[in-house]
Amino acid sequence: MDDDHQHHLQLGYHENTFVNGPTQPNFTSRATAMNQNSHLTQARRQFLKTSGMGLGVTALGSLLPQNSAALTQSKPAAKHVIFLFMAGAPSQVDLFDYKPDLDKQFKKPLPTSVSQGQRVTAMTRGKEQLVVPSMFKFNQAGESGLWMSELLPHLSKQADRLCILKSLNTNAINHDPAKTFVCTGSELPGKASMGAWLSYGLGSINKDLPDFIVLTSAFWTGGTRNVQGLYSRLWGSGFLPSKHQGVAFQTNGDPVLFLSNPKGVDADVRRRMLDATGALNRKHLGEIGDSEIETTISQQEMAFRMQSSVPELTDLSQESKDVLDSYGPEVHKNGSFARNCLQARRMVERGVRFIQLFHRGWDHHSILPKQLRGQAYDVDQACSALIEDLEQRGLLDDTLIVFAGEFGRTVYGQGKLARDDYGRDHHPRCFSGWLAGGGIKGGMSYGTTDDFSYNVAENPVAVRDLHATLLHQLGINHEKLNFPFQGLDQKLTGVEPARVVKEILS
Amino acid sequence: MRLPVRLTVGHSDFLRCDSMTTRFENYRRNPVSVRQRRATVIHVFLLVVAHSFAATLGQSQDTKINFNRDIRPLLSDRCFHCHGPDEEDRKAGLRLDRRDGDEGALNALSPNDVAGSELYKRITSSDPDVVMPPPDAHKKPISPQEQKLFRAWIEEGGNYETFWAFTSLEPPSPPTVPANSWGTGPIDWFVKRKLDERGTSPQPAADKRTLLRRLSLDLTGLPPSRSQIAEFLADKSPNAYEKAVDRLLKSPRFGEHMGRHWLDLVRFADTNGIHHDHYRDLSPYRDWVIRAFNQNLPYDDFVRYQLAGDLYEFPSNDQLTASGFNRLHMIIDRGTMLPEESHARNVIDRVTSVGTAFMGLTVGCAVCHDHKYDPISSREFYQLYAFFNNIDATPETGGRSGNDFKRGLQQPYIELPSPEQQIARDKLHKQTTDLEKQIAELKSVVGKQPKEKSAGESRDEKKAAENKTADHQKKIKQLEARRKQLQGELSNLEMMIPAAMIMKERSDIRPAHIMIRGVYDDLGEQVERGTPAFLPPMAEVSGRPKSRMDLANWFVSDEHPLTARVAVNRFWQQLFGVGIVKTAEDIGAQGEWPSHLDLLNYLASRFVSSKWDVKALMKEMVMSETYRQSSEATPEQYKTDPENRLLARGSRYRLDAEVIRDQILATSGVMNSKMGGKSVKPPQPEGLWKAVSLPSSYPSRYVPDTGDQIVRRSVYTFWKRGLPPPQMTILNAPTREDCTARRERTNTPLQALLLMNEQQYMKAAQLLATRALGWEKQGRLSAIYETITGKVPDAGEQEILQKAFNDFENFYRERPALAEAFADKNSDSGYPDHAIAAWTMIINTIYNLDITKTRS
Repeated sequence: MDDDHQHHLQLGYHENTFVNGPTQPNFTSRATAMNQNSHLTQARRQFLKTSGMGLGVTALGSLLPQNSAALTQSKPAAKHVIFLFMAGAPSQVDLFDYKPDLDKQFKKPLPTSVSQGQRVTAMTRGKEQLVVPSMFKFNQAGESGLWMSELLPHLSKQADRLCILKSLNTNAINHDPAKTFVCTGSELPGKASMGAWLSYGLGSINKDLPDFIVLTSAFWTGGTRNVQGLYSRLWGSGFLPSKHQGVAFQTNGDPVLFLSNPKGVDADVRRRMLDATGALNRKHLGEIGDSEIETTISQQEMAFRMQSSVPELTDLSQESKDVLDSYGPEVHKNGSFARNCLQARRMVERGVRFIQLFHRGWDHHSILPKQLRGQAYDVDQACSALIEDLEQRGLLDDTLIVFAGEFGRTVYGQGKLARDDYGRDHHPRCFSGWLAGGGIKGGMSYGTTDDFSYNVAENPVAVRDLHATLLHQLGINHEKLNFPFQGLDQKLTGVEPARVVKEILS
Repeated sequence: MRLPVRLTVGHSDFLRCDSMTTRFENYRRNPVSVRQRRATVIHVFLLVVAHSFAATLGQSQDTKINFNRDIRPLLSDRCFHCHGPDEEDRKAGLRLDRRDGDEGALNALSPNDVAGSELYKRITSSDPDVVMPPPDAHKKPISPQEQKLFRAWIEEGGNYETFWAFTSLEPPSPPTVPANSWGTGPIDWFVKRKLDERGTSPQPAADKRTLLRRLSLDLTGLPPSRSQIAEFLADKSPNAYEKAVDRLLKSPRFGEHMGRHWLDLVRFADTNGIHHDHYRDLSPYRDWVIRAFNQNLPYDDFVRYQLAGDLYEFPSNDQLTASGFNRLHMIIDRGTMLPEESHARNVIDRVTSVGTAFMGLTVGCAVCHDHKYDPISSREFYQLYAFFNNIDATPETGGRSGNDFKRGLQQPYIELPSPEQQIARDKLHKQTTDLEKQIAELKSVVGKQPKEKSAGESRDEKKAAENKTADHQKKIKQLEARRKQLQGELSNLEMMIPAAMIMKERSDIRPAHIMIRGVYDDLGEQVERGTPAFLPPMAEVSGRPKSRMDLANWFVSDEHPLTARVAVNRFWQQLFGVGIVKTAEDIGAQGEWPSHLDLLNYLASRFVSSKWDVKALMKEMVMSETYRQSSEATPEQYKTDPENRLLARGSRYRLDAEVIRDQILATSGVMNSKMGGKSVKPPQPEGLWKAVSLPSSYPSRYVPDTGDQIVRRSVYTFWKRGLPPPQMTILNAPTREDCTARRERTNTPLQALLLMNEQQYMKAAQLLATRALGWEKQGRLSAIYETITGKVPDAGEQEILQKAFNDFENFYRERPALAEAFADKNSDSGYPDHAIAAWTMIINTIYNLDITKTRS
């Protein structure tokens, strides 16, 4: 094969972590063996420095990046990502994109000069577009004076650590394709998700845990009616080898499917069973000659190790009362967003590369004020606590937190059009999200929208730009991280030019 | 999946396929533009291995340049993006996919004259402004070794050849073989010739036990029973193997297994896949596929029925049901998307699937622009689109009221009641009609009663009349209640009646247009139905537009170069683990060079001349010595050819998820072999659907079936596209959101956990343990081992297992509480808990062996 690959082999790289497979990433420019070597040495040193935390990092090889040719800097700004996906699309008008002048526009038609005949959903097609301002108060927060909605009192305290993106925009106008687009860079199924790309591009830090874990929450305080669906493709590996796909942890029962031994089998029995299985497998390996049998043996052993590493990960009994309290009362309930945030912190500590939380229930076509209050309650304190907790442990610098939905919501109303009771339709042209930690400047807002929070006025950030920036913070050049599929070199950022939003990097 | 060690094989210079800054997907302007549908779960190094493989196997000792093998892939990979079929992106008025013509390669190529060939100058230049491909194209430069190939090619005349897969099928003559050579027929001779070229030799035949297990798993997806093994071992006749082949080909399990592969390819599932991901019942189509394989429906009819079964003059129910192929795409429920966009998405999905399933080409690439590598223009894509554009159905699934929604149906469909159901329904209809008649009569009588007392009518008379009216009204009420009851019964009955969604043409033809860059509402020129120019022309029709049936006939005409090759390659893949062309979803220019081109051509032309006889083809393949080889080899041999592309041994690979589960159900003796019908829901961990469904999704919660429904074969398992059964996906089953021509095979800890702990698998182990306790103690261990693996344990295996058993038995004897947790309270087997527990763990051990989950 090529130089990169040979090199990995010499290092025993194929003893890869979460699964076996012949995967080698495809990178456009080839590092010389020498460059690579120095990079790997460096990575190894870094590893030795940082491996003292949490669960033992068992595989030296697994820390080594899959392909250093795509790495842009010797020291990436971040090692982990926690992506807080607000599925259903929160209203930027009511949470982040403060438009005090809208007050005067109540129930006035949205000027066509603003809407420009843009396509709408089947729900509001052919209907009048009457503006409804947000009923919520906004206050300036922190030294930076960022405008934050009164629905986010806790998060407001973190204002100086947040970079609010107000000019996010996407192509899709319906949930399913829009979510697929944010998660995989494509509206249609079949592409690799963000976490899968990172697993593929960077390899593992902890050999005993997946590189990419997904946690979901729904049906809490806010939306319980129109809770939009999820699909396993959102954390799938698409065309990448499936070992890179996200592992969705379950909130009830086994966090990892089929993790627990069945009734009547304890760890002792399982160990004996695996000893017998291993002895027979090794015998067959000698007779048949297929090294795949060896892989089976090692995967069974890893499964056995996961039977202790995963419960250790999800067991919160050692968390202090202060920490638990900081995440709010919901942290005590299985499957809450707050509990998932705390889990995410524990995963970062143990070296999980990419953690994606999906909190559902933001699709507020009607009675938005009531439902949004509830949704904001679900996430506000937990997000704030997560940032604080990571900071306290010195992990915030290494961890990029992203908070975003799949699109925004319209300034014009749906449902009842009262000052304090309204709904909003899907809006792809602009939406807000925020970033924190991981080499991102705090206390800033980036990008602006017009007076109606309808079109981006300046500094647009397309979804692919967000992807490029995310990869960049992990030390990856998005142009160079690719994989050949059906005759094309596929990239997370697709084929249109994407840009790292350098202005927000610290 | 193998360790990457194998990648050291091959000529490194062929390996890279570098970034193509293509405008292939224009997401921004156009949500429907992404036509690069995933047609497969890909094996890892698609192109890299493709080229290395060509280099390794193809070239061999043959020093003469083969354009298709040696030059075309390089042109395709490095040059076609700017100098290929796509007119819009073509640079410098030069196209290298053709030799002749105004813009053809001869503009840059002087045959036999390397120095005079601009092409050669460009690929060898060291000037960054001159060299091709240009550095900013993010493509790999042409390496010195590749330059040598170009040089040799030009020196030999710079000739082009039609791409191998696009040439008409002419059977290559089998290699001449010495009289006593290895093999029984042309398959073996082609394989042997390659082995000879490589200076290697085949393995001897596998032992009879291995052979029967391999054959049974490959043809039926189930392992042989102990009695079948015994019978086969006892049969010393020279055609014992052939008898086994014939028996298995006749088994109804054959159709289930073949069908299961087909269902991946056509993305068969039980839900819509988008938005609410509602229930969608296509099970009659599945039943038809299984039946078609079992009845050995010729493959040409198999194709015709699916593409155009509705267009026969008097279509049978089977033909109509098969046309449901056109309804298998993902489909959104109405309310959010704009219907015209949904329509376009559906049609594109349909055409793309036809491309993958029948043409083995990524035609979807041409939705937005001319195909970059294969000669399919955007216009030609929409000419194909025009055949599938005319469906008489709404583009989104309907409202929630009524039985259609509950039955997972959407018009048009046909109902397929059983005779009993038909009788019951007729009866209910008749009863209803009778009732309605009675009600109408009574109502008319009541209506005629005068309200006021008429002259001369006595008080009593009036009273009597009033009473009578009251009686009538009471009676009407009763009858109406009865009618309502009947309607309920009818509705319940209809819920049970199978119905197949079908394809149906509108009476007037909906015009088709090129969609500019794939945007559904940016329509360009109108196009007529037609097929790509690089393929043989369709038969002319007069006095009417070309129909889908004409298209289907074209696909299966003798002249068509793709249909048979693509099908044969997939059937080969089913038996050998990897296709002759590894990229089974794409045998076009960017697909992989075939490992045995002549063999593929031979089998494909045989297939056509046999009148598309699938069973005959399968038989010829499994009868070959190539197929029957032992898979035991040296570690070195496994390393040099991990996927067994040379076929120097029997193939060895992990079984598919369904086969693994079915093997457990069958060997433990719990499998319910009922065929057909609606999908079933075996238990799965709780909460999986809830975590992804909308509250209003139908269904939104997973309610497992009970009884013998949960031990049906896996081909009948309910498939929710948004979250397919984890027992399947953990072992690489696709989501069935798009067409998958081959599955990936990984080896992961999550798979290990599944096989160790899955509730149903463990329960099966326990049931087998209880059963085995009834067997002779002497030989019990061996019998269990044979039941599961098809082998009898040798001394070494016996020893390990016996020791483990003693260990488990002592362990559980000392821990009665733990042993008791195993015991099934409902069954009164009478065996001690510790014995059941110990045997269960032995069976659990054997179910988890590498050889058990592997076909060898």
